[in-house]
Amino acid sequence: MNALALIGQLGGVVLAVAMAPVLAGWVAQCRAWLQNRTAPPLLQPYRTLRKLFRKDAALATNASPLFRTTPYIVFGTMAMAAAIIPSVTTDLPMARVADAIALVGLFATARVFIALAAMDIGTVFGSMGARREMMVGFLAEPALLMVLFNTFLMFGSTALPTVVEDTVNTHGLLLHPSLAFAGVAFVMVLLAENARIPIDNPSTHLEVTMIHEAMVLEYSARHLALIEWASWLKLFNYACIGFALFAPWGIALHAAGPLRLLFAVIWLVAKLAVAGAVLAVIETVSAKLRIFRAPEFLSMAFLLAVLGLLVYLLLQS
Amino acid sequence: MPPLTLATQLLHVLAAGLLMISFAMLSQRRTRRLIFLLAWQGAVLTASTLLAARTAHLPHLYYSAALTLVEKVWLMPWILMRLMRRLGIEGDSDPLVNIPTLMLVGLGLVIFAFGLAQPISSLAITVTRQTLGVAMSVVLLAFLMMIARHKAVTQVIGFLAMENGLFFAATCMTYGMPMVIELGIALDLLVGVFIFGIFFFQIREQFDSLDLHQLEALKEE
Repeated sequence: MNALALIGQLGGVVLAVAMAPVLAGWVAQCRAWLQNRTAPPLLQPYRTLRKLFRKDAALATNASPLFRTTPYIVFGTMAMAAAIIPSVTTDLPMARVADAIALVGLFATARVFIALAAMDIGTVFGSMGARREMMVGFLAEPALLMVLFNTFLMFGSTALPTVVEDTVNTHGLLLHPSLAFAGVAFVMVLLAENARIPIDNPSTHLEVTMIHEAMVLEYSARHLALIEWASWLKLFNYACIGFALFAPWGIALHAAGPLRLLFAVIWLVAKLAVAGAVLAVIETVSAKLRIFRAPEFLSMAFLLAVLGLLVYLLLQS
Repeated sequence: MPPLTLATQLLHVLAAGLLMISFAMLSQRRTRRLIFLLAWQGAVLTASTLLAARTAHLPHLYYSAALTLVEKVWLMPWILMRLMRRLGIEGDSDPLVNIPTLMLVGLGLVIFAFGLAQPISSLAITVTRQTLGVAMSVVLLAFLMMIARHKAVTQVIGFLAMENGLFFAATCMTYGMPMVIELGIALDLLVGVFIFGIFFFQIREQFDSLDLHQLEALKEE
């Protein structure tokens, strides 16, 4: 393990943690523009974080240690996930520990903890949000795995860095119809998993329609800041998984120089800007679904991913 | 696996798009959106025919692409839209039974069609032969759509989608049918849609609804 790989690894995580709020701010800004509102500044999420970290945390009297440790666990899981995903460089010492299936497991761990913490206090909205979150999660997870299987089948590896290197090195521009299916399915899973509009509204103030917000109602101050930061980081991670699978151009390969790394960071920022704008457009043009329509939406995603597998097997044979 | 040419890859992507649109139609409730999807399917069909014409250097395919563009992208959706407005069912939705189940049945149909197409497509010599499975699944999915729908308009849309699938099958297996037959089919479809339009008004006059399940009830007079 050389020093550059270590720097790339640590730098990648720090970059992810630092840029996740900016991405969230960018999406909010684009949405505001599309809705003819005055946009909040790009760094608004950072201001929110500063405000929250300065406040004193208020805890319910019957809060257990689980409730207090969950924000740290969730944030840690998301930072760990950022270490596995090749966002800037594929030379990741951490990525050898865990492949993409373990990555899905990491997301699941975070979800389980946040749902447990939501039920810990025993308020109605918390447990309702937890139940909904688990429902969405158990439908979204197989769809995500199927999307990943599409690329695993194509490249014969379950490690994301290998997938990226294979795409960039050997194939160049190759159109895979199965990747089109997987891409659409992935966008649907991304929307559902990150509490975005067709499934959940991130800016809602109506408790009855909440999923993610209902779960974190009881949190305040630094705990809330960490949870929010972790959810932005989750969006960032999903975006980076999407880039690794479907648009891996510009990611620095093994044994790349420092200049190449800098170039990769610029590429990443450009891709995130485009992805954030597209996300804002999707959120603006679509209406929130009723919660009972969520299984339909996600089974559609699952189905598209399976179709991708089938199309690959048929057209390549 | 021999490396595929860019044209073949593009054709595969277009075929995949056709399949995706079929599934979107299967799960779409709004009639208006269904007509848009039908027009999109026609557009993808036009693109794939153009591409096949370019790769195989067959001038008559250009004509059939032009025919597809005029008939399936512009004329048919336009007639259907007009019909919908005249019937006053613009925002109407067709209640569907359990979309996830329908999707799973559709998935089974796709597997069936792919298995069926495998031995046939190995005999064909065209560059587009791999897409026969997709064409057959588009046909079967349109069938499924006609079975699962209640309203007359959506059943007609399913019928038109089925014709799209057949046309795609013809293009990808034998580079299209002779021009006379193609013109005949195009005209037949057009006349068919007109007659359906008259039927819609008749059905509505008789039953006050376009729900075809009303036709099953016996009526004494």
